[in-house]
Amino acid sequence: MAYPLILVPLFIALLAMAFPSDRYRPLLLLPLAVVHLALVIYVLANPALATVSETLVLDPMGKIVLLTVSILFLFCSFYAVGYLRIRSDRSNRIFVACLAAFLGLISLVTWSHHLGLMWVAIEGTTLVTAPLIYFNHSKLSIEATWKYLLVGSVGIAMALLGTFFLAYSSMQDGMTASLSLVELTARAPLLSKPWLRASFILLLIGYGTKMGLAPMHTWKPDAYGEAPVVVGAILAGGVTSGAFLALSRSYQICAASGEGAFASRLLTFMGLFSIAVAGLFMIGQRDFKRMLAYSSVEHMGILALGLGIGGPALFATVLHILTNSMTKGTLFLSAGNIHRAYSSKLTDRVSGAIRRLPLSGSLFLAGFLAITGSPPFGPFISEFGILNGAFASGRYLSAGLFLFFLLVVFIGMGRTVLKVTQGEVPQDLAGTPWKESFLTVAPVLAFMALVLLLGLYIPPPLRDLISSAAAMLENRI
Amino acid sequence: MINLLDALLVIVLAMNLFALGTSRIQSVIRIVATQGALIGIIPLLMHDQLTIPSVLASLAAIILKGIVIPAIMVRALRDAQIKREIEPLIGFLPSILLGAAATAFSLLLTNHLAVTTQAASSLIISTSIASVLTGFIILTTRVKAISQVLGYLVLENGIYIFSLLLVEAIPLVVEMGMLLDLFVTIFVISIITNQINQAFSSMDTRRLSSLKE
Repeated sequence: MAYPLILVPLFIALLAMAFPSDRYRPLLLLPLAVVHLALVIYVLANPALATVSETLVLDPMGKIVLLTVSILFLFCSFYAVGYLRIRSDRSNRIFVACLAAFLGLISLVTWSHHLGLMWVAIEGTTLVTAPLIYFNHSKLSIEATWKYLLVGSVGIAMALLGTFFLAYSSMQDGMTASLSLVELTARAPLLSKPWLRASFILLLIGYGTKMGLAPMHTWKPDAYGEAPVVVGAILAGGVTSGAFLALSRSYQICAASGEGAFASRLLTFMGLFSIAVAGLFMIGQRDFKRMLAYSSVEHMGILALGLGIGGPALFATVLHILTNSMTKGTLFLSAGNIHRAYSSKLTDRVSGAIRRLPLSGSLFLAGFLAITGSPPFGPFISEFGILNGAFASGRYLSAGLFLFFLLVVFIGMGRTVLKVTQGEVPQDLAGTPWKESFLTVAPVLAFMALVLLLGLYIPPPLRDLISSAAAMLENRI
Repeated sequence: MINLLDALLVIVLAMNLFALGTSRIQSVIRIVATQGALIGIIPLLMHDQLTIPSVLASLAAIILKGIVIPAIMVRALRDAQIKREIEPLIGFLPSILLGAAATAFSLLLTNHLAVTTQAASSLIISTSIASVLTGFIILTTRVKAISQVLGYLVLENGIYIFSLLLVEAIPLVVEMGMLLDLFVTIFVISIITNQINQAFSSMDTRRLSSLKE
């Protein structure tokens, strides 16, 4: 079942390249997204389909990320159709093709059980998202794309070196090198320890760059600030989740080889550091799209922290992949509507969004409350679970710092968000014609509904899936 | 065979230093291209029996790194109408010295790490790490966008050298995927460098500084 999920999007990408009409080309994304999600649900319901070959296996962690990205892509594709209709000033050929290709490559990431193949696919997602960031063709978007490509490529090159070190660590006592996840976890106790440690550090730097963990996050505010919002949502919810999946694989191997404590120390430190850096840069942030980028840095930090705490926090960490992506969808897409209605993304120019855009403004505010961990939304459950896990495993210092940084983030982000949503609409804007349309608001509402649902009730099949993913991370199955 | 392999690796190491000390960008492109092609030959020397997949992978690497990528780079250079890296952040002599120090460091490091396998492997690991470090030095000390891409290529060459130890772990599909990724990376990057040149009338990456806090 892996092949349709990977190849159909790539085929649609080719079709989009050949498709002549700018007006109708974006519509290709809709059937693609619907079919993809339908296939994903079909695979999740039929476990027998989850193994194609030794290298293509959809394990519980892969399932969670695949489901997350597929839902994210579905809602984003509706928004993209609405967005591209407004942006009829330039050709969307490359944009649509790259968006479709992204879906195929990220599906390959989730299916790969060969770490080399996984690297190839993740590098592929970097390459197809670069033209998306460049969509506006302005000086600023060139700068953002250059930084994204260069920092991203160097980072991901470090991940490749780390992957090779991992393979080398398995060449002990005349055994042949391997990069198969199953084989590496099975042989984990025999891996050469110094090489394994070096490999974990490189993989953490490499995939950490892709996730945007501090201090490798520098490309992130630029890229998220200049890219169209729908790309921001795909990057913040999709690409980062794929990179986190890759990181969790290397954690899993370390844990199996008895180096779990080493990996967990590094992850905890990087996680807390990212949350702290994000909090600092959010204070006084005037650009609300850059603010969302720092929020993404923060949440990647939370994921790394959760993985570092391990054991009791793992269920919440896996859940956080899903809740973070859905909330990021709400935030980015509603921010995009506000950006367009005001032709600015700076708080000096934008105020009173709730009056001007009642739906998008309120959803932006609700998204802020959700992402900062307020009940009754999904991220509350996952962030609280991670905090609980930290206390349960006796890491009082980490838990205390985590709580403190969350407070800093809440205050910093809150100031910017309230400036945007509250207050009076600037006088000179009152007559600008832009209005909310079904295609640009319905996806945001759908994201928000899911965020709320995840906070109130997690369906039992999803709960079981998350539990088995958490168990897998600890090598309990 | 081992002697020949060692000799090739030493040439690769020397080329790192040449790349660090040359200001004419066209010469650096040639050095990096030759280095890439040499590294592509190595797998053919390492194994007694040649299999079709290994020959294919070698050929693809040689064509890509020795011909295709240099051609893209030379074209980008011609479009940009620049010849030299005039003002690197640190001088050419200091960067050669830094490169030499990085090479010495990687030789020492390899002696300390437990090297477990074939006799040939210790120099392969040192060369790989030294090239990665050299790539980093070029990336961080040069300001022209093209020079930074060349730094990335040296880094990539270093990583490729390491993969020579791991033939069993990397199937042909994955190896081809890696080469394809490298090709597309350079292709996309060259488009962007071209855009930088058009929009800013310069390849100086220090001009890309509007986006900051």
